Amino acid sequence: MNYYLRKLGFYAVALWAALTINFVIPRLMPGNPVDILLAKLQQHGGQVTPATRKAYELLLGGDASDPLPVQYWNYLVHVFQGDLGVSVSYYPAKVSDVIATSLPWTIALVGIATIIAAVLGVALGAFVGWKPGTWLDSFVPATTLLAAVPYFWLALILVYVFATTLHWFPVQGGYDVTMDPGWNTEFIGSAIHYGTLPALTIVIAAIGGWLLGMRNMMVSTLSEDYVLTARAKGLSERRILRNYAARNAVLPSVAGFAIALGFVVAGSIVTEQVFSYPGIGSKLLSAVTNNDYALMQGIFLFITLAVLGANLIVDLLYGIIDPRTRTRS
Amino acid sequence: MTTVDPSTETATDQDTIATASAARGSARKTRSRWRSMLPTMTPWLAVGLVLVIGIILFGIVAPLFAGDPAAIRNIGLTPPSAAHILGTTQTGQDVFAQLTVATRGSLEIGIIVGILATLLSAVFGILGTYFGGYADEGFSLFSNVFLVIPGLPLVIVISGFVPREARGLWTIALVLAITSWAGSARVLRAQTLSLRSRDYVAAAKVAGEKFWRVIGVEILPNLLPLLASQFVFAVIAAILAEAGLSFLGLGASNSSTLGTMLFYAQNGFALSLGAWWWFIPPGLIIAMFGMGLALVNFSIDEIINPKLKNARMYRKRANRARRLERGKAAA
Repeated sequence: MNYYLRKLGFYAVALWAALTINFVIPRLMPGNPVDILLAKLQQHGGQVTPATRKAYELLLGGDASDPLPVQYWNYLVHVFQGDLGVSVSYYPAKVSDVIATSLPWTIALVGIATIIAAVLGVALGAFVGWKPGTWLDSFVPATTLLAAVPYFWLALILVYVFATTLHWFPVQGGYDVTMDPGWNTEFIGSAIHYGTLPALTIVIAAIGGWLLGMRNMMVSTLSEDYVLTARAKGLSERRILRNYAARNAVLPSVAGFAIALGFVVAGSIVTEQVFSYPGIGSKLLSAVTNNDYALMQGIFLFITLAVLGANLIVDLLYGIIDPRTRTRS
Repeated sequence: MTTVDPSTETATDQDTIATASAARGSARKTRSRWRSMLPTMTPWLAVGLVLVIGIILFGIVAPLFAGDPAAIRNIGLTPPSAAHILGTTQTGQDVFAQLTVATRGSLEIGIIVGILATLLSAVFGILGTYFGGYADEGFSLFSNVFLVIPGLPLVIVISGFVPREARGLWTIALVLAITSWAGSARVLRAQTLSLRSRDYVAAAKVAGEKFWRVIGVEILPNLLPLLASQFVFAVIAAILAEAGLSFLGLGASNSSTLGTMLFYAQNGFALSLGAWWWFIPPGLIIAMFGMGLALVNFSIDEIINPKLKNARMYRKRANRARRLERGKAAA
């Protein structure tokens, strides 16, 4: 019980820290973000009233009339009401609407790709770690090479090979733009067709890390006493691998998977830039190019919430599957 | 553990002992303390060191010989030839000359961020943990919060708020260091926790040594392999992060790194026009440098976790024993 309370307390503190960072960054930066933002807003045809100016100053600072703690309190109230402001680059859509439309694409693509990479990587890693010193060990330098390759470079080369040269997959986009979005098989089929190459690049880039981590843990676990006892008792090798070694070795990978899930939303940024995929990462990048500070802040806040939420869930689950963590605290 | 009674040894036992002593006879004598902290040379370590040192020398020496990377000619996008080893870019600039300067830029930023991040993680991981109590809890909470907040979006948001002119090399290095120190701080903290309750640390404290002397003389030397491993990770991560940031157009505005080279290649439609000589070499250098550092890290891992070294030595001895057996059977 104490363990769970501590975890909840920690994540509450982390949430507060994220909100504070979100509040502080625009106010630390040189230049006056509010003026730039309002100029952009007028360019896009929006109305600039004193109320608009006040709303943006609440988010970004620049108004010297209210003392800082009052600004901070008003900012927190607005965030908890769900009011993240109006996006300039997608005027007149609200920031929360922009996030809501683009989030499912990111979660579907990067989430599925991460799950596939984790499952494959851990299974391969268990297999490679089971028999150290055989030809399987030669996989390891290859996977370090893959892990050291810049992701976008690998992705672009795969695009060149598969999309530009072989024409197996489309070069960019999330779906066929001539179709109407909707829950019909045609559209979903098109979405899968467009999403295969990005997912493939993510799996290839990410699998190395899982494989290496699992392999190292397997090598450590296999030198434990209980594995020796199991062998001495005469259990079959496959049974030892499955029930004794892999189960204990996979625990750090489970923790790592949780962190990876959190980064699903964050790590999609480069993927979506390369493939022009309509997810939350591409919205963040277009917000940066257009100086759309409200959208930038909103997306950063959202990504942080997603990462914190995923980590909290896995920390609580980890306490259930590995009782040693509960007793330690 | 049961003791072996010499009277019960059979002929096969004698054979095993002879094989073992033959193997042991060719072993080296025990190494000195400092020498035993260095990794043993294996083929992987040799490959890793060759790659790392080769690329570092390439970055330091080659820009002096390679010519002007910014000189524009009117031979756009030519493939590799005798005059230009790696061909030219869209504006006729020599790709090889650009590659040398870019490698130097990337290495600079990698080492700067690596040192900054390792320093930060050492301060927050080791110092707080040594003192214990509220300092320990506070520093640990601080590192955990920084660990959980996603790094790349934070870097993008900070880079987005800083206007382009102010986004120099040191700004980017500082931002990258701030977002990447938390992971190694946690690792260092775990190790320091186990070290601070050792007898020799208690003895040093009782002898009245100052805290900085205890940390510097008793705790830090035991953490050196771990610090080295975390430094190597930090350098790889920094180079990759900077490459990604520059590719997105948010990198340092006045420096030339492998990431900016890839940014220009992508914006010059290098791959769609088939100019592989412009796009592939920068990424390949990053990959080879990263692989070399990762291989060096494997050897450092063996020092940190001696079980890995035991597994390798066991396999080596088993192979040697098998070879001797086969040689004896053939004879």
